[in-house]
Amino acid sequence: MLTTEPNTDLFSPNSLDLRALAFERDDRMLFSNVGVSLKSGDILQVEGPNGCGKTTLLRIITTALSPSAGQLLWQGQNISQVRQTFLHNLLFLGHLPGLKQALSPEENLIWWRRLNQSQAECCNNEVLARIGLRGYEDVPCFNLSAGQQRRAALARLLVTKASLWVLDEPFTAIDKQGVSELESLLTEHSARGGIIILSTHQDLGIPGIERLSLRHESLGQKALDQNSPFVVDVA
Amino acid sequence: MELGFSAIFRRDLLLAFRHRAEIANPVIFFLIVVTLVPLGLTPEASRLAEIAPGILWVMALLASLLSVEGMFQSDYRDGTLEQMIILPQPLYLMVLAKILVHWLVTGLPLTLLAPVLGMMLSLPEAGYLPLVFSLLMGTAVLSLVGAIGAALTVALKKGGLLLSLIVMPLYMPALIFGASTVQRAVDGFSVDGPLAVLGALLAFSLLVSPFATAGALRVSMHG
Repeated sequence: MLTTEPNTDLFSPNSLDLRALAFERDDRMLFSNVGVSLKSGDILQVEGPNGCGKTTLLRIITTALSPSAGQLLWQGQNISQVRQTFLHNLLFLGHLPGLKQALSPEENLIWWRRLNQSQAECCNNEVLARIGLRGYEDVPCFNLSAGQQRRAALARLLVTKASLWVLDEPFTAIDKQGVSELESLLTEHSARGGIIILSTHQDLGIPGIERLSLRHESLGQKALDQNSPFVVDVA
Repeated sequence: MELGFSAIFRRDLLLAFRHRAEIANPVIFFLIVVTLVPLGLTPEASRLAEIAPGILWVMALLASLLSVEGMFQSDYRDGTLEQMIILPQPLYLMVLAKILVHWLVTGLPLTLLAPVLGMMLSLPEAGYLPLVFSLLMGTAVLSLVGAIGAALTVALKKGGLLLSLIVMPLYMPALIFGASTVQRAVDGFSVDGPLAVLGALLAFSLLVSPFATAGALRVSMHG
């Protein structure tokens, strides 16, 4: 079950600015002039047709890719200057779950926590039970279904101390109940003052969610949703 | 600093232990190929003894090359490499841990097996100790150098051939000085010189390879 015990620790105020980001691959402009300002409590849904650059945009935000043009600002400072602090505050879940198939969900979680310098080695079983993997803690991941593997990866959301979550298609392969549980987890993170950026094709039942629509560059200029209150640049 | 290194080191050792069949691959290749040499060439001890140093070294090199391709591949496919690159920890230390594990599960077993195979090829007695020492350092050089090639080709669908082309020229110094260490010992000369060069190669690649590999991984992940 994805609901956490109420965690009332608040994050210190954060801000993330995307300024006129553009990305070009093989002489083709994937997107250009994407700009958004996010502050504590914001949830941003990146949407658009397949191949419009959602994953690329998210990977640029994680600093794994560098943009062709534009800037990323964390707490008002250029991200290259504060990369270490930024990465300490970042949790990224990609298309691929990032699980070692030969290890069990519990071992995967322990390994991930060690690498992310989160102290507690405890409660891994409780966390996995809450995420819906009770009884599967010791089963190697290659014996789990796609949805269960996704849940094993999502277990990180329950143990992380990161304030910025970047989630690429987190709802893939998750059942209906899991979706609503994940939604409440996102709402809770936002209420604690965290920032969430996620890409999904689903309509989420979270009030106050902001949207960023990417379109195919060939079909017209890429623009932000006009209704979004924090649009900085409109192409 | 220490954390990323030890966490990756322990995880990869555990994974290697879970994939025992894969670890055995290079060792079995080494064993089979060296067994075939007397059958294909000649069982005559004196002629085998002449070529034993070269054969053992070449086969150890090929066995190491065989296994180096997979060093980052599973991490790339399951998305853990993507996670590693954005950890707030130095990537080169994590890479170094992966290389060390690779050497522990391929280079070290090859080194320990080599004297037994030397016996099968009637390697003269004077060659055994130099063989072990040269392989001990040499296989570590092979793992370190191979890691750069493996990182450069990790994102390619069929990077195997390209990997061999990139890595082979860089393997040459290790092969030349490794094989000549054993040959000189058999011929009754001092082995200090070639062993010292191997040691220098090891020190140099230990210094350069983790940085180059980490850089190559970042480039590969940009694709």
